[in-house]
Amino acid sequence: MAKATFRIWRGERGRGAFCEYDTEVAPGMVVLDAVHQIQAEQAGDLAVRWNCKAGRCGSCSAEINGMPKLMCMTRLNALALDRPVTIEPMKAFPHVKDLVTDLAWNYAVKRRIPPFQPRKPDAPDGTWRIAQADVDRVQEFRKCIECYLCQDVCHVLREHHLHEQFMGPRFLVYTAALEMHPLDVDDRLAPLKKEFGVGLCNITKCCTKVCPESIAITDNAIIPLKERVVDRFFDPLTKLFRIFGHSET
Amino acid sequence: MSEYIPHEHDVLVIGAGGAGLRAAVEASAAGVKVAVITKSLLGKAHTVMAEGGVAAALGNVDDRDNWRVHFADTMRGGQYVNNWRMAELHAREAPARVRELEAWGALFDRTGDGRILQRNFGGHRYPRLAHVGDRTGLEMIRTLQDHGIHLGLDVFMEHTILRLLKDGDRIAGAFGYDRERGRFHLFRAKAVVLATGGIGRAYKITSNSWEYTGDGHALAYHAGASLMDMEFVQFHPTGMIWPPSVRGILVTEGVRGEGGVLRNRLGERFLFHDIPPLYVNQTAASEEEGWRYTQGDKNAKRPPELLTRDHVARCIRREVREGRGSPHGGVFLDIAWIKEKLPNAAEHIRKKLPSMYHQFKQLADIDITAEPMEVGPTTHYMMGGVRVDADSQMSDVPGLFAAGECAAGLHGANRLGGNSLSDLLVFGQRAGEYAARFARECPLPGVDAREVEAAERRALAPFGRSSSENPYSVQHRSQEVMQELVGIVRTEREMVEALERLRELHAAAERAGVDGNREYNNGWHTALDLDNLLAVSEMVARAALERKESRGAHFREDYPSKDEQCGKWNLVVRKGAGGEMEFTRVPIPPLRDELAAILREMQ
Ligand SMILES: Cc1cc2nc3c(=O)[nH]c(=O)nc-3n(C[C@H](O)[C@H](O)[C@H](O)COP(=O)(O)OP(=O)(O)OC[C@H]3O[C@@H](n4cnc5c(N)ncnc54)[C@H](O)[C@@H]3O)c2cc1C
Ligand code: SF4
Ligand code: SF4
Ligand code: FES
Repeated sequence: MAKATFRIWRGERGRGAFCEYDTEVAPGMVVLDAVHQIQAEQAGDLAVRWNCKAGRCGSCSAEINGMPKLMCMTRLNALALDRPVTIEPMKAFPHVKDLVTDLAWNYAVKRRIPPFQPRKPDAPDGTWRIAQADVDRVQEFRKCIECYLCQDVCHVLREHHLHEQFMGPRFLVYTAALEMHPLDVDDRLAPLKKEFGVGLCNITKCCTKVCPESIAITDNAIIPLKERVVDRFFDPLTKLFRIFGHSET
Repeated sequence: MSEYIPHEHDVLVIGAGGAGLRAAVEASAAGVKVAVITKSLLGKAHTVMAEGGVAAALGNVDDRDNWRVHFADTMRGGQYVNNWRMAELHAREAPARVRELEAWGALFDRTGDGRILQRNFGGHRYPRLAHVGDRTGLEMIRTLQDHGIHLGLDVFMEHTILRLLKDGDRIAGAFGYDRERGRFHLFRAKAVVLATGGIGRAYKITSNSWEYTGDGHALAYHAGASLMDMEFVQFHPTGMIWPPSVRGILVTEGVRGEGGVLRNRLGERFLFHDIPPLYVNQTAASEEEGWRYTQGDKNAKRPPELLTRDHVARCIRREVREGRGSPHGGVFLDIAWIKEKLPNAAEHIRKKLPSMYHQFKQLADIDITAEPMEVGPTTHYMMGGVRVDADSQMSDVPGLFAAGECAAGLHGANRLGGNSLSDLLVFGQRAGEYAARFARECPLPGVDAREVEAAERRALAPFGRSSSENPYSVQHRSQEVMQELVGIVRTEREMVEALERLRELHAAAERAGVDGNREYNNGWHTALDLDNLLAVSEMVARAALERKESRGAHFREDYPSKDEQCGKWNLVVRKGAGGEMEFTRVPIPPLRDELAAILREMQ
């Protein structure tokens, strides 16, 4: 059986170094299999997150040869095995140990987003009627597995560390899903502009490129949100309309 | 001297899958202080992986459906050893629980007139599974999680409970550690809800994640609660089998619900050759009729691919054993063939089964819209678990509740697809409600410092024995034992051997050592999970030895038929006075007249 070399970042809270491990590789293996094998045979205390091993839970995010990916969905045959495969933790979040990072910030951001608020049930049976087409529009966003790879590559977070001012692509997708939810009646445009910093995104589309769920983050979520914010806050005509609209209700 | 971080709550929910989150939401709504504990991050529990759908007799697609039919289907699927009161509550309450999710933001696929769409699944007479493509579990867990985070729950992510604590007979809390730092935590609580899921990691080939080491089962057992039905482990007929590294990953039954068929190497629809007597009246007579059923023809009967999982899994095993399997030791599951029937079949498949399409494309280089998949059985679900009161979900330890996969009763000898997600909602809600009620009525119990100290010492022991047994290796060996000797087809000789090997592994686990420190040390975590894994493995093997018949998911080669006498009891296990596993046959109480009448009527 063939062997391959893996350079895995080992260390705690940002300090550490790459360690090289040789391990046997078999057909069909994914990076996570190799990491598990190394863990079981050579490095028992290696820290790594995973759950489903099928690209569904979004736990096993890492940077493989510099590319943000799910370890469980990255086949070894898609990598050049004649040189070492580098595996590092995500860089946009505080490091914990080895391949594990501290994702608490993401959970805190989500809690700040005004939650789903449905309109009153309006079907005779006390529920709602919703057209499939309206569901389709947001289902793309709801596929998100919260792997945070998009957050990891977004330069606003990764390079400029604007975690306080910017919610990041994952939560722009989340907010878009709420805003376009066929039953939702809340309005999140003001916080989007202020606390959540939608304007800080300059549409580089790096997030879209890494999304394992192929969500068109920039085109389908961020740009429409930006347009709504612009329409509301910057377009003088709409502003007028709103003032009149308001005074009538 | 113990060193731990103390916490106090009214209700402690262990597990943040569908059952745990639903329980926490309910308890919190009742106004008590609630904590949720999970081994992983929030939103990553097993529930996220559920694909096919959630069963509820909404009657949106076929208005002949109602709770009575769902009840009868569940009992038939469970071969009548279910807790019938649970089956009744489940069937009655599932529709309301599903609609409630919609009010919290879940978006299910729709019917033409804008109601929740429902799909066919094995053992369900009518299209009954509300779904979102093939990622229903994600929709469900995200909805509950996002609803829950605004209710003031204390969420402890990546914390693992090692021990339940008691004050006399009643529950007093739980003791555990956080994965990140390896610090100990003492959670005092008036009521505890176990929602820890299943035991799939006891086997080598499984659709389950690392978390499924049977923790809740073992925690409850050591706390003196009774467990039930431990012999009933569900093997899902269709897991991936090739390449080797993906072996066990689930291929949803939804593929068959959408018209996918199973064929052997000779191209035969082998399931037509063997239809169990309980289902003859409900099964299609021809391939043509089966197809019409999947396309919504109300006069057609189900194709045999949608028979219950236990049966389909055994038929696949038989085809392989008798030399009619696929090249890698499974059979073919073909959805691509529907192009003979439908225009735009490829697009239809990608739309209806997007995750399956990607899973095969990415992991196996197979385009399921063009070629068949190779599939074989994989360990999937635990019917057995904590024995609970049907209405309140309380175990026989006062204050200890259980819901979801770690509780027993609803599914009997075999669970129907889709009945788990609904189980989580219905009984998660009930457990939350009754746990809150229990907590409101009693003071905070005391904890026994010695108990805590003992748990702490035991947890740290692996550090003192570095470089003896490798915990990963003990785990792998134990998984092999269960896979080989206590799998889909069982015999006394093999199970006796399994018990012997498990005993040796117990000793090996006592020697398992770890390197490194306490910070996020996966080796240590694996060593700590071994106790639970071995305890549940032993329980499964002993229970399976004890049931000398074949019923549902439990198949004995040495007792291949069903024995009516054995259908009159459930096997209950608890920890005996001397620490041994004590099994008793507990008679199943007679059905209420109304329910008995339903079963007669629907035969
Ligand atoms: C691939 C797959 C597909 C499926 N598809 C379907 C389907 O379509 N329909 C259906 O009805 N069912 C389906 N099932 C079954 C269903 O998903 C599970 O039975 C169900 O999700 C279990 O939910 P739960 O809430 O009981 O536990 P889980 O969702 O597994 O949650 C368990 C929780 O307990 C925590 N936990 C465990 N041990 C400890 C401990 N010691 N300390 C602290 N926390 C702990 C875990 O971290 C986790 O948060 C599927 C299962 C799989 C594997
Ligand atoms: S498109 Fe916007 S959100 Fe996405 S990576 Fe670029 S700046 Fe970040
Ligand atoms: S949007 Fe895509 S990349 Fe971002 S968290 Fe969700 S699934 Fe991951
Ligand atoms: S382990 Fe779940 S996405 Fe990789």
